[in-house]
Amino acid sequence: MRQVWDFHGGIHPKENKTQSSQSAIAPAGIPPQLVLPLQQHIGQPAEPIVQVGDRVLKGQMIAEAHGPVSVAIHAPSSGVVSAMEIRPVPHPSGMSDQCIIIDTDGKDEWCELSPCEDYAALTPNEILTRIRQSGIAGMGGAGFPTEIKLHPPRHDKVNTLILNGAECEPYITADDRLMRERAEEIVLGLEIMAYILRPGECVIGIEDNKPEAIAALREAAKETQIEIVVIPTKYPSGGEKQLIKILTGKEVPNGHIPADIGVMCQNVATAAAVYRAIRYGEPLISRVTTLTGDCIAQKGNQQVLIGTPIEWLLEQNGYLAQKGSRLVMGGPMMGFTLDAINVPVVKTTNCLLAASYKELPPPQPAQACIRCGMCSEVCPAELLPQQLYWFSRGQEFEKAEHHNLFDCIECGACSYVCPSSIPLVQYYRYAKGEIRQIQADQEKSNQARERFEFRQERIEREKEEKEAKRKARAEAAAKAQAAKKEAAANKAPEPVASNDKAAAIQAALQRTEAKKQAKEAPQKATGDTQAVTLESLQKKLISAEDKYSKMQAAWQDAQVNNPERAEKLASAVTSSKDNVEKIKQQITELGGDNTAAVPAGPSIEELKSNLEKATGKLQLMLDTLEDAKQNHPDRVEKLERAVEKNRTRVSLAEAALRDADNPQKQTESTESEG
Amino acid sequence: MALMRITSPHAHGPRKTANLMRVVVITTLPGLFALTWFFGWGNLINVIWCALIAIASEALVLLIRKRPLGFYLGDYSALVTGVLLGLALPPLAPWWVSLVAVTFAIIIAKHLYGGMGYNPFNPAMVGFALVLISFPVAMTTNWATPVALLENPMGFLDTLSVIFGFGAQTVDAFTMATPLDVYKHEIAYSTALDVVQNPVFGNFVAHGWEWVNIGFLAGGLFLLYKGVFTWHTPVSMLAALAVMALAFGWDADQTTPPLLHLFAGATMLGAFFIATDPVTAAVSPQGKLIYGAGIGILTYIIRVYGSYPDAIAFSVLLMNFAAPLIDLYTQPRTYGYAKAKRGGKESE
Repeated sequence: MRQVWDFHGGIHPKENKTQSSQSAIAPAGIPPQLVLPLQQHIGQPAEPIVQVGDRVLKGQMIAEAHGPVSVAIHAPSSGVVSAMEIRPVPHPSGMSDQCIIIDTDGKDEWCELSPCEDYAALTPNEILTRIRQSGIAGMGGAGFPTEIKLHPPRHDKVNTLILNGAECEPYITADDRLMRERAEEIVLGLEIMAYILRPGECVIGIEDNKPEAIAALREAAKETQIEIVVIPTKYPSGGEKQLIKILTGKEVPNGHIPADIGVMCQNVATAAAVYRAIRYGEPLISRVTTLTGDCIAQKGNQQVLIGTPIEWLLEQNGYLAQKGSRLVMGGPMMGFTLDAINVPVVKTTNCLLAASYKELPPPQPAQACIRCGMCSEVCPAELLPQQLYWFSRGQEFEKAEHHNLFDCIECGACSYVCPSSIPLVQYYRYAKGEIRQIQADQEKSNQARERFEFRQERIEREKEEKEAKRKARAEAAAKAQAAKKEAAANKAPEPVASNDKAAAIQAALQRTEAKKQAKEAPQKATGDTQAVTLESLQKKLISAEDKYSKMQAAWQDAQVNNPERAEKLASAVTSSKDNVEKIKQQITELGGDNTAAVPAGPSIEELKSNLEKATGKLQLMLDTLEDAKQNHPDRVEKLERAVEKNRTRVSLAEAALRDADNPQKQTESTESEG
Repeated sequence: MALMRITSPHAHGPRKTANLMRVVVITTLPGLFALTWFFGWGNLINVIWCALIAIASEALVLLIRKRPLGFYLGDYSALVTGVLLGLALPPLAPWWVSLVAVTFAIIIAKHLYGGMGYNPFNPAMVGFALVLISFPVAMTTNWATPVALLENPMGFLDTLSVIFGFGAQTVDAFTMATPLDVYKHEIAYSTALDVVQNPVFGNFVAHGWEWVNIGFLAGGLFLLYKGVFTWHTPVSMLAALAVMALAFGWDADQTTPPLLHLFAGATMLGAFFIATDPVTAAVSPQGKLIYGAGIGILTYIIRVYGSYPDAIAFSVLLMNFAAPLIDLYTQPRTYGYAKAKRGGKESE
């Protein structure tokens, strides 16, 4: 006998299962129209492979799995594809989605199937492909593609394969009836899964409030190694993590999946669907759904075709709509209300609860939390729900996260026991949504920042490369000059130090300059320096230096953007440099100070203050942007554009400052040399 | 067709805050009965008077705050505060002492902090501490003498007129110090055997008081059985008080003995009706243990070394201060985590 563990908390709500568990599963019939949403599972929606107007047969694939996490969709009955359009789908938000609509012809004509007598003749991979092709997704509620789940990541070895027959939610009896009536299919489905996974043990967990199902499963599993474990009835023992704790005593570590501790959980209905898919080749086109609640005349479980409009299904079973009644898809603890009945049954629809006003009265107005702690007593995740409530309500999301908000499984036990009728789960959903939004925004702004930093880096790198090139050219020029001096005697052909065209030109220019200097030198010696006064020379020097620095900047710019112009500018730069040198020399000869008295153009100080202003403004704008991100999302885009503009302004100002700074430094270095 | 859209869970348990408050009031009745039986009509009159003031002050504040009267009065929280104060105050305390205590409790300690659920301090104990500090004479000289020790006990109307100050009744003849007070002062120059000769100690622990405490204990156990609160706070408080009394007061000739600590004064009322006020207490089981133990230890220290004969109010208020911090360091270990988180920072 296996040891059964307990999990923290849990509640015992009124079960309300007998209303629907007394009669056998009945076929629901073929509705005139079937509405098949392309996404009934977690992952990517299926891709339609039929056209409007096509005749389809029962079981024929009409949409194929698209992407790694996806399953196919099949025609639940024969008929004609009448439309492919957006229709309301069952979803807590009441949203609409792409659906394939089939007008049924009532013939219910099967397409050709490929049954397999002995699954052992297939390889595990072939079976997995068949499961994927059969459109099977977890039928317990989440709808995760079964084939993916049967492929544990990182090749984790599954030691314990668990079938979840707990069905702990009140009202729902779909799994109960299935286990009673089709225990063999479930056991055989489990064997197929075990064939794929080769686990150490197979366990079916089932709550002790289903004695008939327990007996049926025990009977079916008599000849097998499968262990039927009866667990105490307590909500939410059917939660995956809770059931694993009950059956193995192990907890799924935070941030991990059950496969990481060698456990896998599958729903009993999924196992039955796997069996039918492999043995008979039947894809998932119908499921057992519980119809219950005081607003339904004929309560019970029915084999419902996927895509059956709920409106039709309710009509068939005597729907007595009342004022204030609620229609819940799923159970009363975790199901969601449908605000319209024109949605279809999907692969995860295990229950339709049409509750009267009396059965599920509207929630009382919430009173103040008195921190009675009943919520934390029942929390199966061992959280502090009342603290999470305060943090969620006070929008202290960091604290909420620190108190493990994301480990909440939204089972609703806390709200159920709350004496102040506080809709706690609703607060947690809100907080989770807000935190996810904040994380998404953070991610977005991180990307933007990275982009910006990368751009800055790129600009910086380009500048450095430019600088390196310039140095290389200067060296090449120096070398060339030296080489030329050597070659001057034997009139060797002009050496070109580098392939770089600009460098070659530079070298050529240097040569001409050298020639000029050679010519000018004697002239200077005899030139009438007396005619020029010191003052005028200094003025000249200022303007010459200014001109030189401007030209140099223009030249550097042109080198990048306009090589042709650069060539022209190069000579101009040299001559302007010569000019500066010349004037300096003259001044020195006259015994004056050859420093430029005042820097021409905008002064460094001015440029600096410009830069400061621009940076300040940018900072201000960034602050506004941050603020806007939180409070005025509509303004964010505009502001971002403005910030970008301002960034350019700042970098321009920086460049200007650098440009202004550089010539000065050069002048200084010239000074120290002179 | 449009149906109601309501988020899960759709089912709701039967528990209601108003019911919890009501059951708390009802379970004080054994204790109240014992008080009335042994000490006369004083406490009953006090309880009714305090309850009336509490509801009136609550209504007044709700009117000022423009809140729906019926909805908030219907949670009975004001009634609980009033009843607890009525039980805690000296039976013959004049009417204005109760008035000050209750109005302060409801208006200042509760509503100025935001109303029910938002008050960091137990309102009843804030009111009690206020009048204890402000009117020490009225709060120490108005403890009724056990009825059995009086030749001619006061009737209901006499008590009423004493409390409300009609006529020229003097209360001195009908009051005496409480057992805790007597023991604390007389043991300094006497032996245990001599001290307990004082008729206030009766035959068992303390005349009348033992039954009052047993009454509150019974009511508290019923609440525990009903799951209104968990065992952690009262058990740890009583255990801590008992351990302190055993460790430091084993010699009855030196200080108050353990049984007197447990069954005299407001010990059981404090353990089951005051310390268990969830709004101002620690939250997690572990936190409740620390919180309760803190109250027990402080109660012993103040009773023995402080200048007040009883100490439940101060101990509870001091631990109210500590509750948020205790909460921060006693978070439970969440499913799937190797260990519990501690403090506000992310643990490694």
